[in-house]
Parts: sequence; C-alpha cells; structure tokens
Amino acid sequence: MKFGVLQFPGSCDDRDAVEACARVGDAVLLWHADRDLHGVDAVVVPGGFSYGDYLRAGAIARFSPVMESVIEFANDGGLVLGICNGFQVLTEAGLLPGALLPNTGRRFVCRQVDLEVVDADTPFTNLCAPGERLSIPAKHQTGRYHAPGLDPALVVVRYAAGHCFNGSQDDIAGVRNARGNVFGLMPHPEHAVDPLTGSVDGLRIFESMAAHVGAAHVAV
Amino acid sequence: MSLSEAVALGLTEAEYGLIVERLGREPNQVELAMFSLMWSEHCAYKHSKKLLRTLPTEGPRLVLGPGENAGAVDVGDGWAVAFKVESHNHPSAVEPFQGAATGVGGILRDVFAIGARPIAVLDSLRFGEPTSDRSRYLLDHAVAGIGHYGNSIGVANVGGEVYFEGPYEQNCLVNALCVGLARRERLIRSAAAGVGNRLVLFGASTGRDGIGGASVLASAELGDADADKRPTVQIGDPFEEKKLLECSLELLDRGLLVALQDLGAAGLTSSSSEMASKGGVGVEIDVRRVPLREPGMEPFEIMVSESQERMLCVCEPDKVDAVLEVCARWDVGGTVIGEIIAEREMRILDGGEVVGRIPVEALVDDCPLYDLEPAPPAQPLYPAPPATIEPGLGVRETLLALLASPNLSSRRPLFEQYDCLVGSRTVRRPEQADAAVLVMPTGGAIAVAIDGNGRRVAADPYRGAVEAVLECASNLACAGAEPLGLTNCLNFGNPEKPHIAWQLTEAVRGLGDACRALDVPVVGGNVSLYNEGGEGPIYPTPVVGMVGEVPDPLHAGRSGFAREGDAIALVGPFRPSLAASELAKLRGEPLPDGLPEVDVAAVRAAQEAVRDFVRAGRLTSAHDVAEGGLLVAVAESCLAGGLGATLGLGDADEALLFGEGPGGFVVSGPDAALRELGERVEVRIIGRVDPGDLDVTVGGEAFEITLDALRHAHGALAELFA
Repeated sequence: MKFGVLQFPGSCDDRDAVEACARVGDAVLLWHADRDLHGVDAVVVPGGFSYGDYLRAGAIARFSPVMESVIEFANDGGLVLGICNGFQVLTEAGLLPGALLPNTGRRFVCRQVDLEVVDADTPFTNLCAPGERLSIPAKHQTGRYHAPGLDPALVVVRYAAGHCFNGSQDDIAGVRNARGNVFGLMPHPEHAVDPLTGSVDGLRIFESMAAHVGAAHVAV
Repeated sequence: MSLSEAVALGLTEAEYGLIVERLGREPNQVELAMFSLMWSEHCAYKHSKKLLRTLPTEGPRLVLGPGENAGAVDVGDGWAVAFKVESHNHPSAVEPFQGAATGVGGILRDVFAIGARPIAVLDSLRFGEPTSDRSRYLLDHAVAGIGHYGNSIGVANVGGEVYFEGPYEQNCLVNALCVGLARRERLIRSAAAGVGNRLVLFGASTGRDGIGGASVLASAELGDADADKRPTVQIGDPFEEKKLLECSLELLDRGLLVALQDLGAAGLTSSSSEMASKGGVGVEIDVRRVPLREPGMEPFEIMVSESQERMLCVCEPDKVDAVLEVCARWDVGGTVIGEIIAEREMRILDGGEVVGRIPVEALVDDCPLYDLEPAPPAQPLYPAPPATIEPGLGVRETLLALLASPNLSSRRPLFEQYDCLVGSRTVRRPEQADAAVLVMPTGGAIAVAIDGNGRRVAADPYRGAVEAVLECASNLACAGAEPLGLTNCLNFGNPEKPHIAWQLTEAVRGLGDACRALDVPVVGGNVSLYNEGGEGPIYPTPVVGMVGEVPDPLHAGRSGFAREGDAIALVGPFRPSLAASELAKLRGEPLPDGLPEVDVAAVRAAQEAVRDFVRAGRLTSAHDVAEGGLLVAVAESCLAGGLGATLGLGDADEALLFGEGPGGFVVSGPDAALRELGERVEVRIIGRVDPGDLDVTVGGEAFEITLDALRHAHGALAELFA
C-alpha cells in the first residue's frame, strides 16, 4: 500500500498526513508542479492553506498540475482522501458534491469533536461499525458544508449531536462521490493516530483504505 | 542633512553630534535614515543593554545564547530547541490585526533564521479592562491576527496568557514566543564571512510599509496622533512567509549558505550591518537591484523599509545559481543585491553611484549606551482599580466572582481560534496542563510556558519579577519538566523617567537573581520600552518564557483531577497574602507598596519534588496555585478533569483561601504517594476527588457548587465575544 500526499505551497498538514499514512503503509509527498503520481495506490489531499487560499479556499490548488493527474486517477477509480483544505480542493475540482462556506461564527475554531459514521460500507470506513463514534479534531474557518439537494446516500460521517461548530447542513462532516472512491471531510483523521497526541480513532480511516486496497490486490 | 531632521527621526542632539564626529562630516539622507534606526532604542537597546549584561547566560545545555536571532538549548540525540519571545506592542496598539500578525511573523523568522523549523507559538497579551470597547476591539483583532498568521503558516499555537488591567488601556502588549527544532549541526549563525561572497535578498519585494517602525513607532510613547502612524505598521502575508520558511530550510539542508539573517526592524540596514559586524567584514549593497513593490522609492526608503517576509543570506559566488534555483522552486523571489567587502564599511550604491558610506562599528556598536537614573516613585504611580464586587461576599460567592473575573476566566474562546495540533507534536493542549508539552524526535518531550503578572511587578518590581520566573518554573514542574533555558521580554514605560528606570532596574535584578537561584540561563529576549500613553505608564511587565525537559511524554503532567478517590493536597512552602491579589483588585484596593519576601530555595525544592513525582507517574494531577489562590486552583482542577472534590479546610482564613504567592501546588494522587511526597516537601491533605460537585467545609461553614455552576462562572469571557 503506497499513499501519496500532495504538497502545495501553503500545505500545512502534509507531513502529518505522511506520518499517519506511514503507520499503515508507505507514504510519499507528491509535489504540486509534478504531474507524475509515482504509482501510488491512494492520494491524500492534505490540510493547510494551499496557495494561501487566496480567492477562495482550494480554488487555486484545483488548477495545479498534480490535480490534473489526481482528477484522472479518481476518474479511473483510484482512492482519493481530502482532509480539510483537501476537502475544499476536491469540491472545487468537482470530484465531490457541494461546497465549503465560512463557519457561521466567522471564526477559526480548533476543537476535538465526535463524528458518527453514517456509512461504514466505503473504502474509507470499512473497519468502522455503522453509528460508531470517532473522536477526531477539527480546525478550520471555512468548513460549513453546503450542498442543496444532496443525495443522503453520499454522507459518510456526521458531527455527533452538539459537536458541529461550523453550521454545516445536516451536521455533515464528510461526503463521498457516487462511485465511492473519493472521500472528503473537514475534521483531521491524521491528527488522531497516536494516543500520545490525542485519540487514535482517525487511524481507522487510513487502515480502512489499506484494507480496501489490500483486498483489491488479492482480488486481482 | 540637519540636526532638526535628525531630531525628527528620534535622535538626540548629542547623538547627532557623535554621528558627525564618527563620519567626519554631516550624514546624507541615506546615512541619517540608517543611523536613526540603528541608534533607536528598539535596535540599539541603549537604555537596557547595561542591565541585560547582568543576567546569567551560561548553562550546561546552552547551545546559542543572547546575540543571535534566537537562543537554543540541547535536548539530546543531536537535537536543539531554539526559542525567543519578542514584542509587537506599538504596532498592535495602532493596528491590532496586522500588528499582532506581523509580530508572529517576525518571531517565526527569527527562529528559522538560525536554521530551526518553527514548531510552536505562545503568546502573552495585555489589554485594558474588557468593559472598554477599545480593549475588546484590540483583543478581538489581535487574537484574530495571531490566529490568521500562525494557522495559515502551519505552526501550532500551544499556549499563552492574557491579563486585563487598566494601565494597558492605551498601550496594549502583544508578545509572541516561538519555539523551533533543529539538528544541532544545522544551526547557522548570522555572521557574514568571505570577501567576494554574494549577498542574496529573498522573499517578498520591498515597499514603503513600515518605514520608521523601529524608531518613530517602537521607540516613542504613544499619543493622540497614532492613527497617523498606521503607515509605519507592516502588513503581513503568511503564505509568503510559509514559502520563505520552506525555502530557507531547504537552502540550509542543501548546505548552500554561509550565513542567514531575517529582515525585521530597520529592514535591510540592520540585517546587513549586523551580519557584517559579527563577521568583521563590510558589505556593499546596490539598492537599484532590490526588487521593489512600487516605483520611485528613494535609496533611504529601500534601506530602512520594514516590508515583511524577507531574508538575507550570504553564499559563495559559485552557489548563487543553486540558491536562486531553490528560491524559484518555492516561488520566492531571490536577487543578488551586493557582496562582502574587506573594508569594514556599509557601502550603499544606487546603480554605480555611492549614496552612503558608514563604518560598520559606527552604525552597529557606537550608539551611546545610557546609564539609567533610577529613583523609586515618591507617590503611587497607579490609581486603585474600581471595585467590581460588593464587600462582604461569602466564600462561595467570592470563589464564583474570581472564576468569572476577566483575568481568571477560561481562555477557551481565545485559544480555540488557534490551531494547537499541526505538526503532530502536541501532547498537552491548552487547559490540559500548566505548560504545553511537545514530543521531540528523541522520544522525549519539552514543556513550554509563558508568564508575567504585571500587577505584582508594579507592587514590587524586584519580587514581582522573581515571582514571574518562579511561576513559570512551577508551571513546568507541574508538567514534569526541568527548566533548560529562559527567554524574556521586558515591557516597560519610558526609561528616561527615574521611576520607570527604577522599575526596570529592580525587575532585571529580580530576574537575574531568580535565574541564578534556579540555575536557568537566559538564552535571549527582547526589550520594549516607552509603553506609555497619555494616562501614564503600563504596569512594568517582564514576560518570561521557559523551555523545560520532560524525559517521558507518557508521564507528562496534567492539571485536571482524573481519578475518583484520589487525595487532594496543598503542597509546598505556600505563604499566601491578599496583597496585590486578584481578589484585592476586585475589591478595588490600591496596590501595596511591596510584596512579602520569598524563600526561593524552598520554592525550588518544592518544584523539584513535584516534578520528580509527576515524572514518576505518582501524581494524577498537579496544578500551580496562581492568580485567585487555592480555591480557584482546586476549581480549575475540577473543571479540567470534569470531576468534583470534597474539601475540608478547617479554619483556613481568607488569605489561605484566596491569597497569592509563589510555592503552592494543588496535586491529587494516591494517599501513599502523597505521604511519600510529604517526606520531601510540606504536604497538607485538604480533600478528596469525587464524581459530584465541589463541596467545601471551612470555618464551620459548608457549601457546594455544581460543576455546571463552576463552568458557567469560568465561561464568563465567552460572553464578551457573543
């Protein structure tokens, strides 16, 4: 299992994502100006402020050379996980439905939150039980999920009652595409992989991806 | 140029005379601009340097001491931790968002300028009472600015402190501390070397922002015309700095640089002349080659612009192409603007024409240092604060009033605006322990705290400063950390006034004595003077930051109760009094003239005992008794752990319940552990942890407060932001 973590100028949680991925497989950084995905099995679009988030969060990164390849990779069924700014980039790129708007409180908030796994039958949550609660930190200023007419089947994780601070529609924390191979969420699973620095619940996401890819390899 | 122009730029008549003497002629416009900045208080420390030389700066773990961009200590296995605190007070008072943001930007650059990756920021803020619209505006925007810069660049903000006091109404304080991590051998100094080596300016282009920031703004009292000074405040761009940071560290990784320096106060002038001074060489700079943000900039403007997000490096001529390639990769502008010359002078060219020539020593070393003329004030400097609680409140109501007071209520509405996690090193987040704890690549950890109660320093500059150092070390002890080094930011009023000179002299004497008593070296710091508005000086505010070592992060201390049935004890040589306490303030009492004497050795012994027991995993929680006193500390441990407590306090008087003073700790743990702790230090069992409320019996009176009621009181600050 080889993860590739994108690195844009302004990515902040790129090294954290590499460390988290490295707990379940190999992980490399993929430079924004390089179209080559170096044969990775899954792509992680990390958190941060890509290209300074000028114009609109994720709006510029979406046009980077590496994203052209990621879009192709996703359209071929490759696994793509977008975290925070990465989620914003994936919605800007049209790989995921909806958009992320400024938090209703207009402030940046960093807080440990509980998520509820709504759909445990995805490549990103297959090791979770339906309804299971995951304790994972969220930290953002532009995380209010907005997708009028969204197919409810695409919701993968929701903020547990009382844990949504950004005003997201139906407390949605993360969604997938119709095919199920692209997943984006605002909270940061890569910051919940070590008991020393918080919880380990986020590791389930990366382990699920590894399990999915492992199973796919066996099937081939 | 004339004397009157020099005076307008902040120089004195005598200083101007000295400049003429050193040059053997009148300075031209470029030279005068450079002198006015380099000889400003902010750059030359002319009123504080003699005092600072009295501070202890040697220690077994010291790697870099004062004089470099940041200090550093050894944390083992070849790793070093760099840290420094710096002020951005006047810019923040004039434009709080950008002032605070660029304060963070500046201290980050200081740390990566020595080759360390910034891993954490802490901030220390002072404002007027939150009942004032202006204070709330300054607080709100300063916090937003700090968050904007730190969050965007991806450096965790792991702690800090805020106090609200009337004397900061006109002149708020914004101090930021940055911690960096580097391989020891990768640390780079700022001394230029190698005649013929090239000077490369990289980062943002140079504009007219921040011209005169260090002199006109930072080295003068604030006054009515401050809105006119807004153009002297720099504008920050964290995205540019993020690229600059990665670019700088890659340049060092590849071994391409001889020296590196950031551009801060006085811009190109100070960075280049200090590099030249340290290296015993000269530099030639052609201002025509500096990329500009706007046309028509004069050479003097280019030399003193404080445009943000710029770095200056020295490299060998055959490495220039490689340096520029790395810059291009990070989309950072890089330009050769000059070279190292053998003559020890600053030679400024505009195209082919020489527009300035100054001996390096004249600019960097010859600024006259002034002896202070300290004298204690003849009468009290600060008016008594207005009373905010009614007289005769019972213990229960007093506790709730203290918890809800602006200085003690939870800082959650502020620190939640900061990313405390990025970097995956944060073992203890805000409100989990008395100090932030960060795991190191060695497998060990460091703890970091920042402290400084200005009101107590105002009451007694010497003992108040001693207490600030003890407080910081006590916070580290509760996390299980032994101090490795200290950085300080001395925020004071106008040192040319005898009573301010007295505050400064006494406070530095206190800092030095306390550091020597704890064997903690001062690794560097910053001085911010002239913090006065029309209504008088700020409280004298030495802010102290410390980095300590926690051998095993699994045993990093926590402040919250965590196990039902644990005994709760008051530990240490705690001799509290209500003098200058938070309660005295709420009651509207004037500052006392002096604080009680402190047995520093006994406090140190208590810190060591608590630290050892935390490190050994024998205590469930440890929390320093600070502002508000014993009952507030117990309530904070209840709230941090979500557990109640039953306290039996006998006939404890008000001073023991709410008084303040160093050396007290509230700890919880098994009875056996506390008995053993009692063999090393005073231990008084005062109660037990339980799942319910806070139940207190004292002086024949008994009361209970639910955790919800405690939480509601402690949440008072949030209402100010609603």
